[in-house]
Amino acid sequence: MSKNKFGIFSILSLIGIFFYACQSEEEITYARYYTAGKQLYENKCANCHGNDGAGLAMLYPPLTDSTFLKQNKTKLACYIKNGLQGPIQISGKNYEGIMPAQATLSDIEIAEIITFITNSFGNKQGFYPYQQVGADLQNCSN
Amino acid sequence: MKYLIYILLATGLIQACSNGPKTLPFLGERSTKDTLINGKTVTDTIYQTIAPFRYYNQDSVLISNTDYDGSIYVADFFFTSCNTICPIMHRNMLTVLDKYKGNEHVKFLSHSIDTKYDLPNRLKKYADKLGIRDNQWQFVHGSRDSIYDISAKNYLVAAYEDGAAPQGLVHQGWFVLIDKEKRIRGAYDGTKTDQVAQLMSDMDLLLQEYEQK
Repeated sequence: MSKNKFGIFSILSLIGIFFYACQSEEEITYARYYTAGKQLYENKCANCHGNDGAGLAMLYPPLTDSTFLKQNKTKLACYIKNGLQGPIQISGKNYEGIMPAQATLSDIEIAEIITFITNSFGNKQGFYPYQQVGADLQNCSN
Repeated sequence: MKYLIYILLATGLIQACSNGPKTLPFLGERSTKDTLINGKTVTDTIYQTIAPFRYYNQDSVLISNTDYDGSIYVADFFFTSCNTICPIMHRNMLTVLDKYKGNEHVKFLSHSIDTKYDLPNRLKKYADKLGIRDNQWQFVHGSRDSIYDISAKNYLVAAYEDGAAPQGLVHQGWFVLIDKEKRIRGAYDGTKTDQVAQLMSDMDLLLQEYEQK
């Protein structure tokens, strides 16, 4: 009986390893970015934007406006690194305030944060590689 | 001898049961006051109370401690440009406000420690954005000395200016519960949801104290 159980366990483990190996390189990197991004988000962003990305009344905008995030995807790195000063329209409401710059964040950290935000709170935009950060930062308007 | 043990056990039980409903503690310093009543000396405990104050609120109206007479209130210290603990505190304070919305026995008082920049017009903008339209929750501006003095000596909350801090100002995130006699009845970490829940259940208890009187 216990031999049987061991056998089943071995087969299941093998299947598990097989599936894990089948995850593409990008999927694994995505998962790593997402986890690191969650940690960074909680330390750097969640005070104002909330653990659930809901923001705080009209003081801090929510991060749930998928359309805004999609349309401004190439500007997100600039917003995070250099900060942002309103007015800004999110979910049909005008927010005016100052988002402080996070100049000390590295490109990879910014990529992790963007990957987390754009795949949480109802957003689903997929992987955002760190090479993109350098390119996007060159085109910051301010 | 056996009876004695029974009697002892019974009195022990009665004492254990006579605690009655839970009441909140009194925080801060206390002193005693002896008064002579009918030739007998009676000793009263005097608890620390919030000293009288006068501050400008978000509508540029001068308010004072008398505006809080007849209500219990929750006080805290913050500043409008603070992006560390303040947003968390006021996200939680909104939850508390929602629970007691319109209850005239419950008020809220937030003191800005950024006495240089948080003038009433800036407090007004902040309150507006937070969705506060009435005076149940007031945001006040006072002189630097009076705010730092009342925080440390009266509400027992540390707040100070520190050039080494990222935003130049450092403060603790306590929500301090004050009763109708201006005594401190509790202090809760306003950044922690479990402590804010404790605050709300303690507020219920405090309100019950007054209902029973």
